Amino acid sequence: MLASTAPLRLPTPRDLVIQTLLLGVIIVVVWGAVTSVRTNLEVLGLSSGFGFLERSTGWSYSFSFMERSIDDSYARTLTIGFVNTLVLGLICIVLSTLLGFLVGAGRDASNMAVNATATVFVQIFRNIPLILQLVFWYAVLIHMPGPRQAMSVMDLAFLSNRGMMVPALNLPLATGVALTGFVVLAGFLIARFVVMHPAIKAGAWLALSGLAAMLAFQLTLPPDTPVVSVPELKGLRFVGGLTVSIELIAMIIGIVLYGAAYIAEVVRGGLQEVSKGLIEAAQSLGLRPLTVWMKVKMPMALRTIIPPLGNQWIFIMKATTIGVAIGFSDLFMIVSTSITQSGQTLELIGILMAAFLLINFTLAQLVNLLNARLKLKGH
Amino acid sequence: MSVMTSAPPRPVDNRASAILETLKTRAFATPFDSVLTILFALLLAWMAATAVNWAFINAVWRAEDVDLCKDSGGACWSVIDARHRLILFGLYPYELHWRSTLACVAIIATVILSCMPVFWTLRRLSTLWIAGFGSYFLLMEGSLIGLQQVTTDQWGGLALTLFLFSSVVLIGMPMGLGLALARRSKLPVVSYGAMLLIDFIRSLPLLTTLFTAAVVIPLLLPDWLQGDKIWRVILAFALFFACYQAEIFRGGFQAIPKGQEEAGRALGMSTLQILSKIVLPQVFRHALPSTINMVVVTFKETAIVIIIGFFDILASANAAFGTGEWAPYYMEVYVFVGLIYWLFIFSLGQYGEYLKRRMQISQR
Repeated sequence: MLASTAPLRLPTPRDLVIQTLLLGVIIVVVWGAVTSVRTNLEVLGLSSGFGFLERSTGWSYSFSFMERSIDDSYARTLTIGFVNTLVLGLICIVLSTLLGFLVGAGRDASNMAVNATATVFVQIFRNIPLILQLVFWYAVLIHMPGPRQAMSVMDLAFLSNRGMMVPALNLPLATGVALTGFVVLAGFLIARFVVMHPAIKAGAWLALSGLAAMLAFQLTLPPDTPVVSVPELKGLRFVGGLTVSIELIAMIIGIVLYGAAYIAEVVRGGLQEVSKGLIEAAQSLGLRPLTVWMKVKMPMALRTIIPPLGNQWIFIMKATTIGVAIGFSDLFMIVSTSITQSGQTLELIGILMAAFLLINFTLAQLVNLLNARLKLKGH
Repeated sequence: MSVMTSAPPRPVDNRASAILETLKTRAFATPFDSVLTILFALLLAWMAATAVNWAFINAVWRAEDVDLCKDSGGACWSVIDARHRLILFGLYPYELHWRSTLACVAIIATVILSCMPVFWTLRRLSTLWIAGFGSYFLLMEGSLIGLQQVTTDQWGGLALTLFLFSSVVLIGMPMGLGLALARRSKLPVVSYGAMLLIDFIRSLPLLTTLFTAAVVIPLLLPDWLQGDKIWRVILAFALFFACYQAEIFRGGFQAIPKGQEEAGRALGMSTLQILSKIVLPQVFRHALPSTINMVVVTFKETAIVIIIGFFDILASANAAFGTGEWAPYYMEVYVFVGLIYWLFIFSLGQYGEYLKRRMQISQR
């Protein structure tokens, strides 16, 4: 039974019999399930296969980051669900990692008041089920005042029970995404490959970004439209600007607070692993506390932090599935609605599983890459 | 010295000067430190004052006083006074709530008792859990001990949450051990099969697994094999638990030096004897902190069964403020339920931390 201690030897007849039996059982179970599905589907008058993906759905759902209509095909609707899950997951991963590092540093801080505040944060948000926190934030948000009594920030941004309205650039979505991508890429390339004074580098980056933005507006903006659209109350609703739905806000608040509490504990663990001698050595060199923290403590801690941090990222991606509890149309909700509407249960569950396997695999690879980059040279 | 580096206070003999010393090094070491201390202390004080004002000073406590709630500016605990039975026991027949209470006490007592080292042998622990779970089931179901029968679809609230939790742990734990052993098997079909299953389940969201059990399995199995929805979901949940637990056990197996097994073999012990007398006791010990962590996670995750249509404590909470009269007081109900969860999870978590520290000391 114990593989590690077994001497090298040929399989005995008993081994072969056991394995053949196991394989046989698996085959019988799978075959039984397949025939059972086939008969059950025939009773319902459905055909199996992926042909249904071409059909249009005829139902609507709460939220999408992309253009959508009620006549979309199942394939497009499922893609939208996948994009919703992915974008929401990425937003939550970025925000909860930032907040988590902040709180984790607070948990490790010597200052008592900072430490106590961080501890209170972690103990509250880590010890209550995520779904309960989610429905709580959702309930708080839908009990906000209506658009007419919306809370406003300098009449530019509004928060009401219809969502958060913020000013937005008057750009088509694709152009906006392309522009953001260009700005980020340019910043990365300049920071990485140009050897010059930092101020000149920053100036070059700003100039390039500004030029790109002007070009984008020149190409896409119809004449006589303002560059920025500000939300405005017209009658009972807001017009203009960008509306962030309350489902999305509740999802982000809920997942980010919960995820940050977990990430904070990971960060604290990493910071506490760093050997004292190393810190004392840095201090005795006369480095300032902030420098010690940024250049010695955090880089050393990161090596312990990254692997469990990757697990938290994967957890956050999976956690988006409970959006169905408050009606956020993530991939899971789209799939379960598709199942009730089309009856193609097995195919849809297969798609759902494949999507999550893909997401997890990609994230795991990313974490491995990070790990390899951060590894101590010569160890 | 500032916030960024942790500096333990120097030992000082006098108590008062020790406190002063701590304050000096950990609160007012530099001007920047002092500003931070004052800001965060004010923040904490403000939060505590708001919470106390809302939950105690301005709160309305009794169901009869509900009319006072609108102008009180504090919590309206009347809703809990009026609806706590619904939240705790769901749709369980009202006059039988004492059975539900006893059943919950049995599960909680089981969890508390299994935290005591006296029970930490395989036989005692399994006896304890089977006894606790058995008395829960007999009390709730009733017909087997001559009481009025209450079917599982009438169970709800906290009682249902505890039922799901305890059955998942009870079924999942031996399953996890089985999977961990299969993963170590020298038979390739067995070990690869276990590995595939573990990795597959672990990379899917729990909700997908539970949803599959609740909705897809009826399509796959002939009618006579399907069983109740609640048992299908419990089995799927237990499988999820087992796959994570198997990885925890695997870590335990890897921590044991090979020489111990070889020594056992040299003494002429059988594989089963080596496993049960030498390897497993150490594996359990090594896996204990992570196992407690997993149990805590499981308790938290039971809350998602509301999505696949079970009337757990979260669903009964939603029902508690679902009627017009109580609709404005959703916050109080969620805080009440959150507090129940928090108490369970916080105390189990603190216990896990304590255990981890204790084991670190004994290993030095």
